[in-house]
Amino acid sequence: MSAPPAAPARGPHALSLVALAAVAAAYVRAIWFTPPEAVQGYAQKILYVHAPAAWVAFLAFGLTALAGAFWLFLKDPRLDRFAESSAEVGVVFTTAVLTTGPLWGRPIWGTWWTWDARLTLTLFLWFVYVGYLVLRGVIPEREQRARYAAVLGILGALLIPFIHLSVYLFRTLHPLPVVARTDGPQMPPVMLITFFGCFAAFTLLYVAFVRARMALAAERDALEDAAVGGTA
Amino acid sequence: MNAAPGLLASAWTIARKDLAIEFRTRSAFLSALVLSLLAIVIFYFAWDPTAIRATDLAPGVLWVTFTFSGLLGLHRSFGVEQHDGAMDALLVAPVPRESIFLGKALANLAFVLGVQAVALPAVALFYNLPLDGRAFALLAGVMVLAALGLVSIGTMFAGMTANTRLAELLLPVLALPFFVPIVMPAAKLTAAVLAGRPFGEAVAWLRILLAFDLVFAYVCMLVFPFTLDD
Repeated sequence: MSAPPAAPARGPHALSLVALAAVAAAYVRAIWFTPPEAVQGYAQKILYVHAPAAWVAFLAFGLTALAGAFWLFLKDPRLDRFAESSAEVGVVFTTAVLTTGPLWGRPIWGTWWTWDARLTLTLFLWFVYVGYLVLRGVIPEREQRARYAAVLGILGALLIPFIHLSVYLFRTLHPLPVVARTDGPQMPPVMLITFFGCFAAFTLLYVAFVRARMALAAERDALEDAAVGGTA
Repeated sequence: MNAAPGLLASAWTIARKDLAIEFRTRSAFLSALVLSLLAIVIFYFAWDPTAIRATDLAPGVLWVTFTFSGLLGLHRSFGVEQHDGAMDALLVAPVPRESIFLGKALANLAFVLGVQAVALPAVALFYNLPLDGRAFALLAGVMVLAALGLVSIGTMFAGMTANTRLAELLLPVLALPFFVPIVMPAAKLTAAVLAGRPFGEAVAWLRILLAFDLVFAYVCMLVFPFTLDD
């Protein structure tokens, strides 16, 4: 007979508050203390949401696939809860990428959407991981759910290079990398600091979201265990 | 007692069993065939034939039809095991788990290629395509390559979704994103063949298709045993 799970602490975790404060600070800097770009004007400021969100999305899905692969060997429920949380947070950030992209594309490219390589890749990434969440949603049994999700996570990670190659054979319209270049970042320092500040804030936000979501998953699992233990 | 049969031998037995069921009932095959023909006909009327040339339309029609009729067959592949504990019987059989995947995939390959063997001439006929022997042979080759990838992914996900509720809805949701690197190269190669352009022009697409087949046929066979429930 195991002890009943401890009542979880109420209210947001300190980490969530720090992450939110960091995001707020990064945007105060991005909006009021960073000059607008010479050609694009204020539209360029969406970059401070778009690029960090894309980074977090890729990070989240990469870690989901890794956690799933490790789960297949270690069978540690924490790994599965991490994969579940990371995938969900990843979908949220991908949605942010897919929303902010068209908002910027309309004034700058003159079109909301274009079948550019990176846009298409991101869209399919979103499809794969929404499918991942749907799959998790229809399997009530925990071990089976973790197993299936791990397999889908691995296959999804293998799919990315193929979609990338396929869509790259079409012409690409997306701006080329401005920061991650071999000849150094092509951005004024004042913008660069803001840019990296946003990356750091978003990464922190990712960690906070995943932590909160994992705590929720752990509570749900504990509750299920308690219910099963009570009826047995 | 005989020794347990090897991977390929047991895969062949499973494939033969599935094909025998299909051959005797013919229900799924006929449905997939009729669905393909219907799709080909409906697509023709969904576009203005005077604005778009049939040769430009045909590759898309062919591959969308192929994908969806394929899904129909794939769903059935594990659906037949759902009754009378057939799947459990398959699982207690002394065969390697990989051979279940291989056997199912082989039967699905025969199914998909069978549908395609009718759909391709049908598209050529209805869309009045200028196909000579060489073009037919090239298209048949592209089709086999595409079918290999489609069947690997499809068999994998059909096995996975068969045990869940919403199986018939979940299979396309999971599988279709994975069909993108199959359908895109296949449609491009088909377009190149139909336009009479040299095949070498589309060789980059051929490479993607080949690589996809190799990677996913192998990986799906490796991870498939994880999707079986004891």
